[in-house]
Amino acid sequence: MSFNPEQLKYTKDHEWVSLEGNIGTIGITEYAAEQLGDVVHVEFPEEGEEFEASNTFGAIESVKSVSDVYLPLSGKIVELNEQVSENPGLVNEDPYGEGWLVKVEINNNDEVEGLMNHAAYQAFLSEEA
Amino acid sequence: MTAILSTPLESWHINNGAKMCPFSGWNMPIQYKLGILKEHEFVRSHAGLFDVCHMGEITVQGSQAFEFLNYLCTNDLSKIQDGQCQYTLMCYENGTVVDDLIINQKSKTDYLLVVNASNIQKDFDWMQKQVQNFDVSLVNISDQKGLIALQGPKALSIAQKVFGEPVLSIDRFHHITLEWQNKPVFISRTGYTGEDGFEIMCDADQSNILWESLIQAGGDELRPIGLGARDTLRLEACYSLYGHEINDQINPLEAGLSWVVSLGKSNFIGKESLVTLKEQGIKRQLIGFEMVDPGIARDHALIYSGDQKVGEVTSGSYLPTLKKSMGLALIQKEFVNAELFADIRGKMKRIQKVKKPFFKLT
Repeated sequence: MSFNPEQLKYTKDHEWVSLEGNIGTIGITEYAAEQLGDVVHVEFPEEGEEFEASNTFGAIESVKSVSDVYLPLSGKIVELNEQVSENPGLVNEDPYGEGWLVKVEINNNDEVEGLMNHAAYQAFLSEEA
Repeated sequence: MTAILSTPLESWHINNGAKMCPFSGWNMPIQYKLGILKEHEFVRSHAGLFDVCHMGEITVQGSQAFEFLNYLCTNDLSKIQDGQCQYTLMCYENGTVVDDLIINQKSKTDYLLVVNASNIQKDFDWMQKQVQNFDVSLVNISDQKGLIALQGPKALSIAQKVFGEPVLSIDRFHHITLEWQNKPVFISRTGYTGEDGFEIMCDADQSNILWESLIQAGGDELRPIGLGARDTLRLEACYSLYGHEINDQINPLEAGLSWVVSLGKSNFIGKESLVTLKEQGIKRQLIGFEMVDPGIARDHALIYSGDQKVGEVTSGSYLPTLKKSMGLALIQKEFVNAELFADIRGKMKRIQKVKKPFFKLT
């Protein structure tokens, strides 16, 4: 599985989402993965759990730090990336592909309007730096 | 708020891609481009170079230097000879810990102490307060000295390339001083990684040339290593870190350091309290643990037995050589063998007591 970063939507917390119908695949950006350093553990939600947009649904742990991850869009967790659970380093190696985190059944597609496109996210990153 | 301090090697770190972070008031490399996991593994398989210039050095000289240090510190200094090093502690009268340190004995009237960066001024003030009745002079030479650690299975061959044959004769916990580029360099066979290796002290203004020389001599077998991997390496070896396993609220008997407390020797600071503590039995004990449930119980995570809070994690991390999440925790003694849980962000995760150290050279 691999996603084209130019076609993803982004949050200011450095998550990305790829939408297909009402199913969103969610991960963290390359920038976020690099800032975290080597990821050694991902704490996942339970399948079936429901979250509001911008709420934390899990945590990513590097050797030295723990970061919450936030859901870009409200919805129900329908799939976890088991491969990342076994090999958390995938988040660093392939953040826009094998390192995806969860799939979510989206409640309200209109929420996508509140997210950044690739160009806007790049601009946001250069402001942050 | 005081300004952040820089070691002489700061520019080198920045120019070589280090991620810099404040540590004990110093701007230090937490990791380089390699990253903590690979840096850690590189030290175990090859060798690593560590900037530890932030650490403190204090000289203790005079006719009563031996008597003073044997009174100041908990270990029995008469166990070592000239040219040897000793790991020891300074304690308060109540038996809690001022600092842990290495004493290097050049002679019984001339010692060099290496202390923690975070404690330099506190240690020096404490020593000055205790020294009044001794014919001893104390000098804090921390600002004038650079300290570089060379650690790992390739450390010996790299040190030999730079300093020549003399390093081959330095046994574990021994030291020599030799002349290198017309300046004295102090080399001890000590370290904080669980590996073979050296700690090399030079004049501060020589730190860069020495660092560069070691990096060049090491070639593909040596990498600079940041404080991130330094911490995971020492945790695998179960070495105490001041402010974590030991501090002014923890005594060495609880911290598993009774092997450096010589209750049999004549008077030393804290002896009376420590003898009493030993007779009464300690109330807490430092244990090694690994996670049974997935997750990482980090520093300060609370430990529970059922509903009861019974202790706290002093150091916890994912450990790269063992590929497990492990740590050290200070636990009420009657619960060390109970079924224990760590509170990780509100969720109870099962931990299991394991033998220390987690990693040992075979």
